[in-house]
Amino acid sequence: MSFAFTSFVLSVIVSSTPLLLAATGELVAERSGVLNLGVEGMMLIGAVSGFAVMVVTGSPVLAVLAAAVGGMVMALIFAVVSLGFLASQVPTGLALTIFGTGLSALVGSGYVGVAVPRLPKLHVPGLSDIPFVGPVVFGQDALVYLSFAAVVGVWFFLNRSRAGLILRAVGDSHDAAHAIGYPVVRIRYLATLFGGAMAGLGGAYMSLAYNSSWAENMTAGRGWIALALVVFATWRPFWLVVGAYLFGAIMYFSLYVQGVGIPVPSPFVSMLPYLATVLVLVLISRDKTRIRLNAPACLGRPFHAAG
Amino acid sequence: MTMDRRTFNKLLGAGAFAGAAPALIGRAAAAGPVKAAWIYVGPVGDYGYSYQHDQGRKLVEEKLGDKVKTSFVENVPEGADTERVLVELANKGNDIIFATSFGFMNPTVAAAKRFPNVKFEHATGYKRAKNLATYNIRFYEGRFVQGVIAGHLSKSGIIGYVGAVPIPEVIMGVNAFLLGARSVNPKIRSKFILINTWYDPGKEGDAAKAMIDQGADVITQHTDSPAAMQAAANRGVKAFGQATDMIKFAPKDQLTASVDNWGPYYVDRVRMVIDGTWKSTDVWGGFKAKMLEMAPFRNMPDDVAKAAQQTVDDIASGKILPFKGPLKDQSGKERVAAGSSLPDDKIASMDWLVEGVEGKLPS
Repeated sequence: MSFAFTSFVLSVIVSSTPLLLAATGELVAERSGVLNLGVEGMMLIGAVSGFAVMVVTGSPVLAVLAAAVGGMVMALIFAVVSLGFLASQVPTGLALTIFGTGLSALVGSGYVGVAVPRLPKLHVPGLSDIPFVGPVVFGQDALVYLSFAAVVGVWFFLNRSRAGLILRAVGDSHDAAHAIGYPVVRIRYLATLFGGAMAGLGGAYMSLAYNSSWAENMTAGRGWIALALVVFATWRPFWLVVGAYLFGAIMYFSLYVQGVGIPVPSPFVSMLPYLATVLVLVLISRDKTRIRLNAPACLGRPFHAAG
Repeated sequence: MTMDRRTFNKLLGAGAFAGAAPALIGRAAAAGPVKAAWIYVGPVGDYGYSYQHDQGRKLVEEKLGDKVKTSFVENVPEGADTERVLVELANKGNDIIFATSFGFMNPTVAAAKRFPNVKFEHATGYKRAKNLATYNIRFYEGRFVQGVIAGHLSKSGIIGYVGAVPIPEVIMGVNAFLLGARSVNPKIRSKFILINTWYDPGKEGDAAKAMIDQGADVITQHTDSPAAMQAAANRGVKAFGQATDMIKFAPKDQLTASVDNWGPYYVDRVRMVIDGTWKSTDVWGGFKAKMLEMAPFRNMPDDVAKAAQQTVDDIASGKILPFKGPLKDQSGKERVAAGSSLPDDKIASMDWLVEGVEGKLPS
């Protein structure tokens, strides 16, 4: 029984990590006022770049780095179009997702059906062998630890550092931040790139750890869930952990119940995580003050320096 | 790089336009090689279902040499685009077109109507016409063999099946897997999870993990990527490959795989077109017709491998009939009486689970 519970928890961690990684990046971008709907596309590019480099070099470190860079390149395209040329962020982000889906399929066509080893897991002699605590706390791969480190880091950055305060100022009132002399566009570029890198890592988790194989469109909508999670968390980093693990558990549990023998129509199972997303968003939106308190006031609004 | 509206319209309208004048198409001349085309639902590099069809196409080229010219279109979506692709291929002068996925059925029927002189073949479907044949593999025979192996190897007495959607093809697999296992260990139980898609590695793996978490210690999959087997291998659980030998994805944990062998059928059918003897038929072949083969039996004791091979031989010779009575469904109702076996049409439309399968089909 305890073995079954341990492996259930391990499975949930695996389902949740890509969501948490991608959502953490998007949270920073949104806090700076950039709404990048291209998370799904950036994740896919991250997944395919990480996988390709893993196949070619066999190095997990290089593969993870390549995934982050791949996500950043996609984010850069978004930033140039929407921050540089001031195109509307919503369609630009949507286009980025569609573009990323197609491009990753093209790049990845030669990698379908190739096998690579899974990302190595930490093994601390002694500690990793403790029942439950061992495999759960001391037996994960680097990206799982990174996902938690990133949440703490982002929280510290946003709430305890001067640079984070400036980033939030840019997201809340770009005109005021500009008037004081902060480089609004440059800050948003950096935040967007960070978002891209994290989405890329989320994608790499899919192709290197979740499955250790590449398949077209393998993120299967997780980028959209990550976007919703940022709203779910009302832009607060620690709530992302709650959200990501809640959704990871729902995604996994919807399959688990079938195995127990409960007759659930399989289309309903596929729908469940998204249904949960919609429900949670509706519930959260009822609390208008909390949204208003935390939502970056300039979210999605283009910045004209001249104004 | 530039595409003006006319070119664009031409691309879009090629189908409709040519469809209006099918008489012009047909087989232009009896001379020259026969042209055969395939359409695949996935990429040929998927190392699974579509890959195996393409291996068949290559065998046709190899065996028939310059008497045939083949081509293929991969990643064809099931739906409105299917017919356009078929029409385009018919327009290009193909004599025979193989539509290799169940979801191509209705578009293929429509295309066959528009091009009465072109021969169409649809895999795994049931709608036929004078110029539209169907063909399929008795995948359930392979499931039965997998079940026999699982029955020998399972220690927990629980085995798991990752499926896509509740269609007869999947249901007969779930049933055959359990029946094979029960032929060895009458107490064994099986679970199944349907993930509502043929290709979503994330979900395929999760479904395998979920059943392992619930005690299953042998997993088989009826989806297109190796993800379920990989997930099982990561947990040190034995599993089966699907459609093709997937040993490289789980060198220590793949027991065997049901390998689709479409090649000989394709060679026969294209040769019939060349000879002018092609007729619309319905072929459902298994071990006997060598349309289904098992990948080498690995990662299991010799006596189990022997028992598995014996099962293959006995199914091929007709000594073992996977759906032989007495068979009861989950409610305990007798579906097949002792001494008789389920006829093909009843297998092909199977919509009930045998007693011992845990979990219910969504109604």
